[in-house]
Amino acid sequence: MSITGHLAELARHRALLWALVGRELKGRYRGSLFGFLWTFLNPLMLLAVYALVFSVYFRIDMAHYAVFMFTGLLPWVFFSSCINEGAGAITEGGSLVTKVMFPLQVLPAVKVMANFVNYLLSLPILFAFYLFDGVALTWCLVAFFVVAAVHILFTYSLVLLLSAANVFLRDTKHMVNNLLTLWFFLTPILYPLTQIPEGFRFLVQFNPAAVITLAYHDLFFWGRWPAWGPLAGVAGLSLVLLVVAVVVFEHYKEYFAEKI
Amino acid sequence: MSTATAIEIAGLVKRFRREMLRRDYTTWKSLLLRPFKRRTDADYLTVLDGVDLSIEPGRTIAIIGQNGSGKSTLLKILAGIYKADQGTVTVRGRVSSLIELGAGFHPEFSGRENIYLNGTILGLSKKEIAARFDEIVAYSGLGDFIEAPVRTYSSGMYVRLGFAVAVNVDPDVLLVDEVLAVGDEAFAHKCETKLNQFKAAGKTIVLVSHDLISVKKFADEVVWLDGGKVAARGEAAQVIDIYRQGVARREDEAGRVQAEARVAELAAARRWGQGEVEITGVRLLDSEGQAHAVFASGGPMNIEMDYLMRQPVDDLVFGVALNNSAGVLCYGSNTAIDQAELGPIPPQGTVRFAVQRLDLVPGTFTLDVAAHAGDGRAYDYLTQVASLSVRGGPRDEGIWRPPHSWSLRAREDKA
Repeated sequence: MSITGHLAELARHRALLWALVGRELKGRYRGSLFGFLWTFLNPLMLLAVYALVFSVYFRIDMAHYAVFMFTGLLPWVFFSSCINEGAGAITEGGSLVTKVMFPLQVLPAVKVMANFVNYLLSLPILFAFYLFDGVALTWCLVAFFVVAAVHILFTYSLVLLLSAANVFLRDTKHMVNNLLTLWFFLTPILYPLTQIPEGFRFLVQFNPAAVITLAYHDLFFWGRWPAWGPLAGVAGLSLVLLVVAVVVFEHYKEYFAEKI
Repeated sequence: MSTATAIEIAGLVKRFRREMLRRDYTTWKSLLLRPFKRRTDADYLTVLDGVDLSIEPGRTIAIIGQNGSGKSTLLKILAGIYKADQGTVTVRGRVSSLIELGAGFHPEFSGRENIYLNGTILGLSKKEIAARFDEIVAYSGLGDFIEAPVRTYSSGMYVRLGFAVAVNVDPDVLLVDEVLAVGDEAFAHKCETKLNQFKAAGKTIVLVSHDLISVKKFADEVVWLDGGKVAARGEAAQVIDIYRQGVARREDEAGRVQAEARVAELAAARRWGQGEVEITGVRLLDSEGQAHAVFASGGPMNIEMDYLMRQPVDDLVFGVALNNSAGVLCYGSNTAIDQAELGPIPPQGTVRFAVQRLDLVPGTFTLDVAAHAGDGRAYDYLTQVASLSVRGGPRDEGIWRPPHSWSLRAREDKA
């Protein structure tokens, strides 16, 4: 199936997509003590620990460090949750994969969209931090939609590919899990770009997650337009990745049911 | 009637990797350790081996067969869940499958939310679900429970809700896998009514079931799938009969092979005696001298044992005993009890215990045989040396069926 066919089928099943996103989100928080508050508590607790470690223990010398770090951390939480959960989207799809006729690309898409909704819901807290810490937000915020679109495209492509790979090679999920930790520290989230010695700084361009993180930093924290060039590069890379992922996924999806 | 078929299957072949069936998954690690592993034919299990089948619209077809004959795989291919390895499969019209009831149900969600979720998964739009919602709830019979989380449901309620949604998809082709077997009597009755409605509405139904009674009731035609091939197709009662005979024959063959293998490798634990006389073979035979493991209730049966005298003994008794599956001794006797006149016993030969009428109620039995001295000292005693099944006859109960008859007479009151 062509890439447009793949996406068109996804669009055709958007009611199903949203129904499952709703199931994912409601299911995640229903029956837990704090209910939907967990959405906010999770990133807040992460923030508290990182803020303590890096602005008190490690003493990164930077004004409004907590706000800065939180700005980069939220999109990373979105991305890493997508990868973590998404790699198992097909293998853990259960009866939806093995017992009913089902547009399977919906499953990885559900993971991405559910986590994206989570991300959006945590933004008000971020804005509260900005307000509290007196960091001004600017009109450059509108660039969020562009950056987020690229971010979703990149994430979905990767999740689609990993979810298919995990059907055939079952430890893909665990490998990716471990690699994510390395990736996190290589991405300028806990530290500003200026902390990287100039000789090494060029390496960042080869890290799509870094480019995206820097773009979020720009539009939120620095109040300036993101660097469009690298962002376009990531968008292009994501498209290539999407094509590869769609080809792989569509080629093998008819065998998913019997491999699970 | 339209000439187009509802379902057309030609040369369908489906194979599964054995590792997959064992859930022995490939990993990056195993790939690294053995990168050049070649797969041979032995790594695959052929589940469907060249199935041709065409089904006209409006027919109800039941697929029967033993476990592992490929019934469910065929149904999943029709449902579009599995892909055919070879051959073509064409299904015309909207398909709904009752393979898994309540797919995608979330335990924390209420019945109401799950109806919408499950309906969407089965391909209904929100509007369609809303239009059918009351009907679905009424049909499920859940009443107020519809607002309670599904995790609080009993398994029967769960299945009823899943069934209620699935049958409201309004398909042209309905695929049913064993759902008639779940749920209570009332639910089974409901399923039946619904299937009959589908039939009356001219839908095509493909049914997989082990319940031959309901198959007989519903199906216009029955297909017997055996070892991934269509073994028989035709009118229900006829195919079911052929199927039953086939199963009995296979059971008989398996039992025979087992029995032959058994004597040779009898463990010491189940065999004892001094060994002056050795039993070298045991056979269960019909009246024509053919070996069997399945016998008709009320029919003849012969037990034969070969013996060999290692040392001359002048005092030799042969015995047999039949135990049922609960270990109850059903019958036991020997040549001394029966005062059988065998004449002088040669150093080797064959003893036959002939039963003219095996008046046992159907069941599974095991055979013990022995050669011993007049005082009971065993020369060779073998327990559970063969097993046999008794089949057929009326549906009476117990162990033994005495030749009997019933009669009735009116009381002649003198008053």
